[in-house]
Amino acid sequence: MIPELGHFALILALGVALVQVLVPAYGLWRRSGRALAVATSAAQTQALLVFTAFGCLTWCFITQDFSVAYVTANSHSELPLVYRFTAVWGAHEGSLLLWVTILAGWTLAVSVFNRRLPADITATALAVLGVVSIGFLLFMLLTSNPFERLFPVPEDGRDLNPLLQDPGMVIHPPMLYMGYVGFSVAFAFAIAALVSGRLDSAWARWTRPWTITAWLFMTLGITLGSWWAYHVLGWGGWWFWDPVENASFMPWLVGTALIHSLAVTEKRGLLKSWTVLLAILAFGLSLLGTFLVRSGVIVSVHAFASDPARGVFILGFLGTVLGAAFLLYAWRAPKLVSEGELRLFSREGLLLINNLFLVVASASVLLGTLYPLVVDALQIGKISVGPPYFNAVFIPLFAPLLMLVGLAIAVPWKRARIGDAVRHLRVPLVATAVAAVTLPLVFQGSASLPVIAGGFLGFWAALTALQEPWRRIRAKTSWRAGLASVPRGTWGMTLAHLGLGVWTLGVVFVSSFSIEKDVRLSPQGSVELRGYEFQFQGVESRPGPNYDSDYGTVLVEREGRTVATLHPEKRLYHATHQMMTQAAVDHTPLRDLYVALGEPLDNGDWALRLYYKPMMRLVWLGGVLMVFGGILAASDRRYRPVRATETAVATQGVVA
Amino acid sequence: MRFLVPVLVLVGLIVLFAVGLHHDPREVPSPLIGKPAPAFRLPLLGEEKLVSEAELKGRPLLVNFFASWCEGCQVEHPVLMKLAQEQQVEIVGMDYKDALPDITRWLQRHGNPYRKIVLDAQGTAGLDWGVYGVPETFVLNAEGVIVYKQIGPMTEDAWREKIAPLLAGARP
Repeated sequence: MIPELGHFALILALGVALVQVLVPAYGLWRRSGRALAVATSAAQTQALLVFTAFGCLTWCFITQDFSVAYVTANSHSELPLVYRFTAVWGAHEGSLLLWVTILAGWTLAVSVFNRRLPADITATALAVLGVVSIGFLLFMLLTSNPFERLFPVPEDGRDLNPLLQDPGMVIHPPMLYMGYVGFSVAFAFAIAALVSGRLDSAWARWTRPWTITAWLFMTLGITLGSWWAYHVLGWGGWWFWDPVENASFMPWLVGTALIHSLAVTEKRGLLKSWTVLLAILAFGLSLLGTFLVRSGVIVSVHAFASDPARGVFILGFLGTVLGAAFLLYAWRAPKLVSEGELRLFSREGLLLINNLFLVVASASVLLGTLYPLVVDALQIGKISVGPPYFNAVFIPLFAPLLMLVGLAIAVPWKRARIGDAVRHLRVPLVATAVAAVTLPLVFQGSASLPVIAGGFLGFWAALTALQEPWRRIRAKTSWRAGLASVPRGTWGMTLAHLGLGVWTLGVVFVSSFSIEKDVRLSPQGSVELRGYEFQFQGVESRPGPNYDSDYGTVLVEREGRTVATLHPEKRLYHATHQMMTQAAVDHTPLRDLYVALGEPLDNGDWALRLYYKPMMRLVWLGGVLMVFGGILAASDRRYRPVRATETAVATQGVVA
Repeated sequence: MRFLVPVLVLVGLIVLFAVGLHHDPREVPSPLIGKPAPAFRLPLLGEEKLVSEAELKGRPLLVNFFASWCEGCQVEHPVLMKLAQEQQVEIVGMDYKDALPDITRWLQRHGNPYRKIVLDAQGTAGLDWGVYGVPETFVLNAEGVIVYKQIGPMTEDAWREKIAPLLAGARP
């Protein structure tokens, strides 16, 4: 009964989504305010229906209703309760439902928070979101219904993919999807701007908080995903250039470009058609990511659905939505005129260059991800493109980008003088150079040129980020007044750039100074790794709720003192007979000690993999700082709905 | 004109994907094709004796790696049942990393299309045969040489279009 209710709610939601698109479209055509207003109520009704469907599927999981095929495929009577919730999005059908649910949530938010915008803009944006929703609802109902029943009812389920039975997986997918789907709001606003022909500072100001919010969720999702891979895959790596990771990285890069380009559009009324194009692209890449992951065009460690019929559907949908958007763009964008002149040596000019780097970076990820496909399509053979390509491409793209970050902050809008910029940057430049040489020498006792160069870039981004609040605080007489005068948007920018710098430092140190050792150890045996004594205490069997575990104990000592007791595990899941590694990590801000169990050898000996990873935490910390930056920036007072004063001049200070 | 560039790029990408969808990314050619079946000595289900790869010679057959815990195996199972009932070909099952009670129950529930079932409980034969996920099906000719490998579930299409013609040529 409950599954049917959910299925029925989805069908109704599809009907309501049609209303959400067709009636406002009629309203735009006939200039009928009443028809436009329908968009809001339709969006809210649709959200209610989709939430109901999501609740129904969750209910089926909690009550272990194995008559539902999707539940059988992804749950098991022994599955702990918390993973029964996350199993809802553990595979293809449920992740789609999560996608649609989050889309409904965003749509609901737009319908609630944007009541003060011009009626035609809100209605158009909601209608566009409705189109996206129709696509995904149809996709679900036609090819991947999560509520399909199974007869005869199996005795038990086949269990959730053990890879996904990890705390990191509880929130990673929803966060990432919040990001993917969130770009649909920027997309909807971009289409609304093209349709209405109005694209001004006010438009940029409506769009910015939505974009920043989507971006911050995406940043969080990617960071969590990377953290999860680090702990669960047991290879000690944190980024694998896997197609699924790339699928989320591409929209992130373009989304980052979009945030900066929106700033230029808001402040200076420039780069309008570019901003619109980025908004379409960011969402396009999100859809493309969904396509790549869902269609089975590209195989990857964690692509879980491959069915050509589904691929054809998403491809058709992708083509229709993006094709229509790009055609509309080709038709209307030439009419968007800039309100001034763009000089290259000014903040907007440097932001444009930063945009180019980000878009080129995104394009090269796309190329690397699709190249195997091109080769296959041309029937030259089968190849795969790996980390060497991406590393070779990314270092030359990211190095100048990081330099630009610092430079753009030091340079004013409109017109800048090189002399001023040099004067502003003297102090950070010297501090950066000193720090870049000192840090590796102090902590690692050695410094090679690549490490110093990398460290320089990291410190540069981090230290220059502090300039803007510093300058604002100094301009006031007291610290207190100074701190209060810095708007949240500026704090957000500062934190995010600081995060970028911290992240860079982490990456440089981890990739330069990590030590990896594969060893064979007998119980009570020990091995030394960079001053740490790893003492293997043996492995015991322990039962888990739905798995049996080989539970290892490794004592880590340094200079006779116990630093940590680590418990790396290998779990054999009952239902799927899959073996899973759980690495054990001891971390301080300065280093991670990472132990993963390999294979059992004879006489109670085990193969173990040990890593020493300096500054690994900085990689995640960088991501977290960016997220907090995003939260501050999105909650800036300027974005709160103000009663109908949509002037082009910002009342607050200058914020990038 | 430059505003049309995005549309043109999109069209290019879509053509690429449309072509890409018709290629199976998992179709990695097996290095074993054209080589004799790898050696093994394993027990048979329901019998005491061990069997070896020599059992596989003398007539063309399918060697199907499967397991009771595998989803894809349930998908392909009706196809195998049909092949067995119509006596199209002999099928030898390789029960991969499975427990005896599980597989017995699974066969009772779904039916048994296999002439013989080899128990590869540790997955050692799977390793030697280069199996990286069940189900996988190897097509052997009468000399015991591997002529084709089906990765993923066996389908009627794969049987009709690829495997049956190969075997028609391979019959003694």
